Amino acid sequence: MKVQQISVFLENKCGRLAAVTQVLAQKGVNIRALSIADTTDFGILRLIVDQPELAFNVLKEGNFTVSVTDVIAVEIPDKPGGLAGVLEVLDQNKINMEYLYAFVGQAGNKALNIFRVEQVDTAIEVLTKNNIKIVPGKEIYSL
Amino acid sequence: MYWNEKYELMDRENLRDLQLERLQQTVDRAYHNVPHYRRSMQESGIEPGDIKFLDDLAKIPFTTKQDLRDNYPYGLFAVPLSEIVRIHSSSGTTGKPTVVGYTRQDLNNWAELLARSLYCAGVSKDDVIQISYGYGLFTGGLGIHYGSEKVGASVIPTSGGNTKRQVMIMKDYGSTVLACTPSYALYLGEVAEEMGISKDELKLRVGIFGAEPWSGAMRKEIENSLGISAHDIYGLSEIMGPGVAMECEAKNGLHIHEDHFIPEIINPETGESLPYGSKGELVFTCITKEGLPMIRYRTRDLSCLHEERCSCGRTHVRMERVSGRSDDMLIIRGVNVFPSQIESVLLEMGQTAPHYHLIVDRIGNLDTLEVQVEVSEELFSDKIRRLEHLGRAIQKEIESTLGVSSKVTLVEPKTLTRSEGKAQRVTDKRQLK
Repeated sequence: MKVQQISVFLENKCGRLAAVTQVLAQKGVNIRALSIADTTDFGILRLIVDQPELAFNVLKEGNFTVSVTDVIAVEIPDKPGGLAGVLEVLDQNKINMEYLYAFVGQAGNKALNIFRVEQVDTAIEVLTKNNIKIVPGKEIYSL
Repeated sequence: MYWNEKYELMDRENLRDLQLERLQQTVDRAYHNVPHYRRSMQESGIEPGDIKFLDDLAKIPFTTKQDLRDNYPYGLFAVPLSEIVRIHSSSGTTGKPTVVGYTRQDLNNWAELLARSLYCAGVSKDDVIQISYGYGLFTGGLGIHYGSEKVGASVIPTSGGNTKRQVMIMKDYGSTVLACTPSYALYLGEVAEEMGISKDELKLRVGIFGAEPWSGAMRKEIENSLGISAHDIYGLSEIMGPGVAMECEAKNGLHIHEDHFIPEIINPETGESLPYGSKGELVFTCITKEGLPMIRYRTRDLSCLHEERCSCGRTHVRMERVSGRSDDMLIIRGVNVFPSQIESVLLEMGQTAPHYHLIVDRIGNLDTLEVQVEVSEELFSDKIRRLEHLGRAIQKEIESTLGVSSKVTLVEPKTLTRSEGKAQRVTDKRQLK
């Protein structure tokens, strides 16, 4: 059920993001979703790609600091209050949200969100119990 | 103006005779009273009787800071502790502190050499000297204190810190001489300006500055801001403390008090002795010290010696202002910092093979230290919070271990220059030339 997210450390310097995307492009890795968190000195690029393992290896060979993190892809009703309802479920179950970002693509009338939580397994369990659809990694990679 | 004409103007031939006689006595005493010297001389196959000429000094092995540590705390003392009347010590941030001891005669000599040094800079009994060097284990404060009293100047022992009060004292008490580190002198000038006190309201005329590297440009800046003539003083606790060498009014190098110390210049790589006029590492032998008779002590300070007679009339050899270090020690805001200390901090923080680079700069008049740390896989996290915390934790640890504040910047791996052999860990952007 989990999705593997690739995280890359980036210095706040010209051309670093371009360098990452070039390395991935050369190996034919397609980026499905991304988010960047930044501070004054550095940033962290988080990527969902079609071939996580390949992406991890080529980035590592390219001397980037890279890690793989388990995240979950959650289908959110594409209407006002859709996200609020999902987050309420997590909140009630005391699952702490580290960060989330939206997926570019859509699945029908649902929006896709990537959730990064501390307790991944519990989160999957409670969301499923509340009839919120989790999109498995396999499907995400091939979207 | 000379404090001790007999010795300061002694012709070089007589001076050499005096040095040889004192050297022979020192070597003899060290050999018989300090196991370390006996062992190291025996290993090199020499005995005190082999020192027949001054050049024979080069046969004796060097003494290093490590020897002081290995014999911590009192192992290199040549007299029983009952004869020692004062103990000073380094802060010991690089491991064991180095401990130095003085007999009553050593303290008398120290005061004598400081009296000479002060006279050299034109300081006399008519002066009011404000000593803003730290008093305590550090040799700066007390060393200059007793020399100033010997000269008969009025001593104000302000010690370091409390800068506004320092300026107030300087103005109200009419200090004519200021003794401190050059960077503190600059800072005092700035604070005086902020307090609306112009240099014309101060009676300051002479500055005695040392204990850290400075430059000609910095001298001009200090002289302008405080309206004084700034003089360079050199010393290190292992040899004595401040007053090993002092700049005279000619300001063309620092006279080394050669009737008490024999200076040498060596190639820091090979240890080979170099002739006068060559650049290299300064090595000192104390020839009158009773408590801690250092023989061929490697200072790691880079300089150059000149034998030509100085226009001031003094015959003693002059050393150029120290231009750098032959090891990688940095002096940041007066604190001695070795890159290896930063490395151990990073190792303790859980990095297996830390790659880091230190960037030292001087912004305004303050030294700054930036520590660039490569983010290894072990340290990396996809959470900003954790990485920011890591940066702060390194910063805090460096401050508590080294006593110097820094800015920690996390950088990508393999971005810091790798060099073959010795890594270039430091970029020092401070302009000291």
